Amino acid sequence: MSATDNRPVFLNLLRIRQPVMAVVSIFHRISGVLMILSLPGLVYLLNLSLSNQAGFAQVSGLLTSPVFKVLAVLFGWALAHHILAGIRFMLLDFDLAIERGAARKTAWLVHAGALGITLWFAGLVFGVWP
Amino acid sequence: MSWRASSGLRSWLMQRLTALYIVIFLAVFAFVWGGQAITFESWRAWVAHPAANIALLLFVFALLMHAWIGGRDVVIDYVKSASTRYVLLIVFALGLGIMGLWTLRILLLAGTG
Repeated sequence: MSATDNRPVFLNLLRIRQPVMAVVSIFHRISGVLMILSLPGLVYLLNLSLSNQAGFAQVSGLLTSPVFKVLAVLFGWALAHHILAGIRFMLLDFDLAIERGAARKTAWLVHAGALGITLWFAGLVFGVWP
Repeated sequence: MSWRASSGLRSWLMQRLTALYIVIFLAVFAFVWGGQAITFESWRAWVAHPAANIALLLFVFALLMHAWIGGRDVVIDYVKSASTRYVLLIVFALGLGIMGLWTLRILLLAGTG
């Protein structure tokens, strides 16, 4: 182990008031990890849905269970936030909306957009609207 | 600037190219299936169609590459113990590899059956 490992670290993430851009960044990571963790389940469902009639019916049946609906809405949030934040990062790559004021605005837009899409999706999943 | 994996530039570019393909694929997928009643026959026939089958295979490849680069960055950033990090990365890579092969099998079986 090198001596640099003994350097003191004073960062306590819970005591720092994060700027909204940092929250977009950490949510991008959290949503990404959530989707990675759901990969085995998704592949399982894909396999089941393509295997035969009964398997397909089983997947459709799952979609009506409340637990599965909640998971689907959570996944919907993760996907929506991940894509919107990803688009924002790509715009930043091209120096678009790079100034602090504009960057803060787009960060709020990502959070609001993801929430809006999730609400719409939740309404769809729970049958509030067709 | 070197074009080696260690520079991170290749990963950076790969992450963005795979992201673009994933988003475009999802948009087309939503356009094709959105608001439609899906039956087993129509679903399986779509997956078996060569164009959709190849687009799906490419999607799986892009998704796994994207997940690997992103997940690897997260592990490298937060797991400080080198041994834990290596074990985690090996398990992660193995897991993604299994997901890829499993999906490959599903798609090829649906494509021929």
